[in-house]
Order: sequence, then structure tokens, then C-alpha cells
Amino acid sequence: MTQRRQNRPPHSPSPRAADRGRVRFDRPEFGRLLGGLAAQGYQVIGPTVRDGALVYASVTSPDELPVGWTDEQTGGSYCLKRRNDAALFGYTLGPQAWKPYLHPPTVRLWRARAGHRELDRLPEPAADPPKYAFLGVRACELQAIAIQDKVFLGGDFVDPWYRRRREGVFLVAVHCGQAGGTCFCASLNTGPKATFGFDLALTEVIEAGRHYFVAESGTDRGAAVLRDLSTQPATPAELAAADRIVADAAAHMGRELDTRGLKELLTRNYEHPRWDDVAGRCLTCANCTMVCPTCFCTTVEEVTDLTGEHAQRWRKWDSCFTTEFSFIHGGSVRASPRSRYRQWLTHKLATWYDQFGTAGCVGCGRCIAWCPVGIDLTEEVRAIRRSDGVTLAQQLTA
Amino acid sequence: MRRNKKPKLAVWKFASCDGCQLSLLDCEDELLAVAGELEVANFPEASRAVAKGPYDLSLVEGSVTTPHDAERIHHVRRASKFLVAIGACATAGGIQALRNFREVKEFVALVYPTPAYVATLNKSTPIADHVFVDFELRGCPISKHQLLEVISAFLHGRKPNTPPHSVCLECKQRGTVCVMVARGTPCLGPATHAGCGALCPAYQRGCYGCFGPKETPNTAALARGWSRLGTTEPDLVRAFRGFNAYAEPFRRESIAHEQT
Repeated sequence: MTQRRQNRPPHSPSPRAADRGRVRFDRPEFGRLLGGLAAQGYQVIGPTVRDGALVYASVTSPDELPVGWTDEQTGGSYCLKRRNDAALFGYTLGPQAWKPYLHPPTVRLWRARAGHRELDRLPEPAADPPKYAFLGVRACELQAIAIQDKVFLGGDFVDPWYRRRREGVFLVAVHCGQAGGTCFCASLNTGPKATFGFDLALTEVIEAGRHYFVAESGTDRGAAVLRDLSTQPATPAELAAADRIVADAAAHMGRELDTRGLKELLTRNYEHPRWDDVAGRCLTCANCTMVCPTCFCTTVEEVTDLTGEHAQRWRKWDSCFTTEFSFIHGGSVRASPRSRYRQWLTHKLATWYDQFGTAGCVGCGRCIAWCPVGIDLTEEVRAIRRSDGVTLAQQLTA
Repeated sequence: MRRNKKPKLAVWKFASCDGCQLSLLDCEDELLAVAGELEVANFPEASRAVAKGPYDLSLVEGSVTTPHDAERIHHVRRASKFLVAIGACATAGGIQALRNFREVKEFVALVYPTPAYVATLNKSTPIADHVFVDFELRGCPISKHQLLEVISAFLHGRKPNTPPHSVCLECKQRGTVCVMVARGTPCLGPATHAGCGALCPAYQRGCYGCFGPKETPNTAALARGWSRLGTTEPDLVRAFRGFNAYAEPFRRESIAHEQT
């Protein structure tokens, strides 16, 4: 029996109740999911293979997805490998989160022309962002989006540029079927199973010669999209298979972060010698902050043309690893790489709690894999925990 | 807002390939605007007409390599209100600073039939080693967009937007996949000053360090990373000994990998 709307018999249970349950659709139906989203005016952004990595880009057909690809990640290394099946989501994560789509690297805030006595603000050409559907959002990434929602939309000051992009985004989550070598979402309770914030959530199952998706909707519009697909109620065996896959991912995290008393641990170890040790390895290149799905810092840059009659104000991604980031009158507050790394790590894992009520880390491991020299924040925290309370002076006299 | 008199621009050449000053002519679309705002008073590459100094803005290309140039740069400084050194030669000594690691007399003896005719200094040095420089614009060659930015900033009395951070921010902002992490390609980007827009990694090449060392570069840690990717010590010497070989962090790092 299909649950397609036009075929539903008049006496079937109400769609709402049925849709809240989990259903199954087979791999050939996947193209219709993409088509359905496109028909509703969504530009579907999903994983694609580009330049040796998985990159989120516009997707119109399942063939453009990383069919049969997986990724191997460790500190400072990312490698695409062939799988022995045709999984669509058989990888963990690419370098770039969804951040560039919601919080673009550069945004022009306004333009102005020198008027007779003052600046005339020029109207921005109407550039409504596309209506996005994100396909293949991981649980850690949903948490990251929720964190950025809090940063940009919470409190008294709402960021209108983020809001315009964020409003109406359709989120198709895919529970992780495997954990990467740099993953530690299980330590932070942010994955590998998506539990909130999605319109649709899928588990991809490939076993015993079958390739299907177990799907659940999280919203009414998610349910509506699901209704237009040819689905079957998932059997207990299929549900068990789906749950087993996610549990397996949870059991195979490549990294682990002990979060017990983390904030207190870091805030009482500002003078720990480990900060000097990591400063010897850190390139202060800012890659970790660029790939981090929660890092949100920006700088504002004014540009004029040669005549001086036209000015523009741009907002650009910035990083606490640059000296200009903390530049105030007289110089940079964080001149040493040690202070910059410490600022980043303690913000992510300690002061973020004070500021936003959660950790600023979701355990995606991107900062580990995409650090050119493989600095691993879980290892840095472990090292500090091992010699909690030690100062450099104590270590030198020991 | 309009000035009565246009500021005078001069372009000076020292030991260089002319590529940087040509980026001014490469501006094409903006060239008329430049000429509209500045009087091109002394730019032999563009015009034979030379107006007398003093000049409001001097762009100095090239490094100092001869006793004559070491003298001439002081005349340029005296004739200039605002002096901007442009390019790797003027800011670091350029590729010709490779001579600085050897005895230049040996090269001269090998290359020229009558070495006595060649009056050259033992070292190729940046402009700032000789005179006060108001601003240094990096690159081999410089980016014409950054040059226009520096000229605009000069005209309007503001600070130019030429951030000294790594090339990595430019890679990430344009969505380039890291070549070092995803391909194991050694890349100088994490230690190199931004400005090129991360050109080479966008074409799956490692950064060659054309814009010289970034702020607080950790070249030693980067070199260890390169070694893990299989780069040999002689190749590390060559990597840091490029267009910005004599920029201090790169100079020091290349020497550290030289076999004695």
C-alpha cells in the first residue's frame, strides 16, 4: 500500500498521525524526493565530490551525490575512498559546513554616495537569497545551526542577513551510518542521530541486497514532502536495521572528549604549560575557525573607489587567530599565538557556556582534520586534564 | 571634497622585472579614474613626459643592488611625500636576494667576462633597509586590486585594507578545498601573507609564498608538516627560498634546513 496522497483511500487514518511514524522508501524513489523539493521552489544543496573532498553544492539529481564514496579523516588529513556499495550518504563530513549558505563569507552591508553635505545611502538591489533545501545535514550540523540561530537570532539584536537566509530553509537530515576518525559528537550528545531541528530525517540502509531509506518527518512541511513519495510503513526489521546502523556509528567515534567539569578545568588552567606547547605547533592560519560550523566572527571593512564619491561597507569572516581581530588602540590584545589558541579553545569549550548556554563545539572534528598540522583539540584538553593545575613555573622547577 | 590640484604620482624602478609597475597599467578599466585623480608625473613605463617633483605619492618597485641605487633611493625619498614600496623586490629583496646566501663576487666572475666593469652590492635589499617607507604592498607580482586599494586609501587619507593574515582565510572564503589536507600537497599558505586571493590552491597547487611571510608565521611548524608529507630538507630550503627568500622568517627557516 502506498501513502501517496492521490492514492489514499478515504477511510485511511489521518495523514498527521501516520506521518509521524517512520516509513520506508526505496533508493529509486530518491530522485522524486529531489524533484519534489525542486517543485516546491527549493534550491537543493547537498554533498558533491569536488577537488578531493565532499563539498555542499547545488544538486538536481541523485547522480550528483557522492555515490559510492566515503571519506577517511584524521588529524591534518582527509581522503576520499571508494566504497564497495552505491551509498548516497556513505561518508561522514566534508570540510565546509552549511555555514557559507547561512552566514556567507562576505556580505555587502550597504553602499553610499557622497551627497552635497552628507552620505546618501543607496538602496541595495533586491537580492533575496534562494529558498534552500539542505540535503544530508548531519546531527552535529543541526546542533551547529541551532547554535548559530542563537547567536544571530537570539537576544535583542537579530542579524537580518542571517535571518533572511535562515528563514524557510528546508532541512533534510541524514543520520550518520558511520563515524569518522575525527568525530566525537557522542561525547557532546550532539549525534550521530538527529533528534531535532529537521523537516525530514533519513537513515540510509544497504543490506541483504536491498538499498532503502527509513524516513521520519519533523514538521508538517516535511510530512507533506514525504506524502508525495511512494512510501511503505517501515517493518520492525527495517526499523531495527536503521537503529543498528546509527548505534554502530555512535560506538565507533574516532575521538573522545571528556566533558566532565570542562569549563572549570579550562578556566583554572589559563597558565598551563600546554598552551605554550600547542603554540609551538599552531600555525595561527585560522583554518580551524573557518571550517568550524559554529564560529561566527566577522570584521567590517569600508571601501571607497578612487574618486571617493562611492563607499561600500562589507562584512567578512574573521578569526580570533589573526592579530587584527583583537587590535585596539596601541596594538593587538592577543599578540602571542599562545593567547590566540587559548582564546579559541576556551571560548569553544568554556566561556561559550556563559555566553550562549551550551558548548560552542558540536564534535564534528573539522578543526582536527582541516588543521594543516593536525592539532587535535581533544588531545589538548586531555593533556591539560592529565596535569590539571600545573603552571609553567612549577613544571620548570620540578 | 574636490581638490584644486591633483596629487602627483611617481613610479620608480630599482632592481626588478617591471611586473609590479605594469600592474598599474593593467588596471585598464580603472586607469582613466587613476589619471583623473592623480597627475601621472613620473612614470617612464607609461609616458616620456616627466614633471618635476616633489611628488605626493611615489610607488617604488625593485630592490637595491648597486651602489648607485643605494644613493638614488635617498633622492627618491627626498622627492616624495608618501613612499610606498611595491612588490617582493621592494619589500623583501626579491628573487635576486638569492645572491645574499652566497658571495656575489663568485657569480660575477662566472657570468661576466670582465667582472671589473660590474659594480654591484653583495646583497639585494628591500627599500625599507635604506629609507623610511610609509607603506609596503606585498606580492610577486602585486595584486592590481590591492594597488588600487592602496592608491584610494592614500587619496582619501585612510588605512588600506590589506590584511596580513594567512592565505588560508582567502581559500576558505572562496570555498577552496585545502590542498595540503585533502591532497597532501605541501602549501606555504598557512605562513604566507594574504592578498593574491588564494590563486594557486584554487588550481590545486600549493602556495608558493609570493606575498611573503604573514604576521606571526610559524614556519618551523609548517616545515615539520611538510616533512611529514615527504618533503626533503633540500626541497624545504628551496620552498622558503623563493621570491621572498630574504624576508626574515623565510630566510631563517631556509637556513635551518640547509645541510652544512
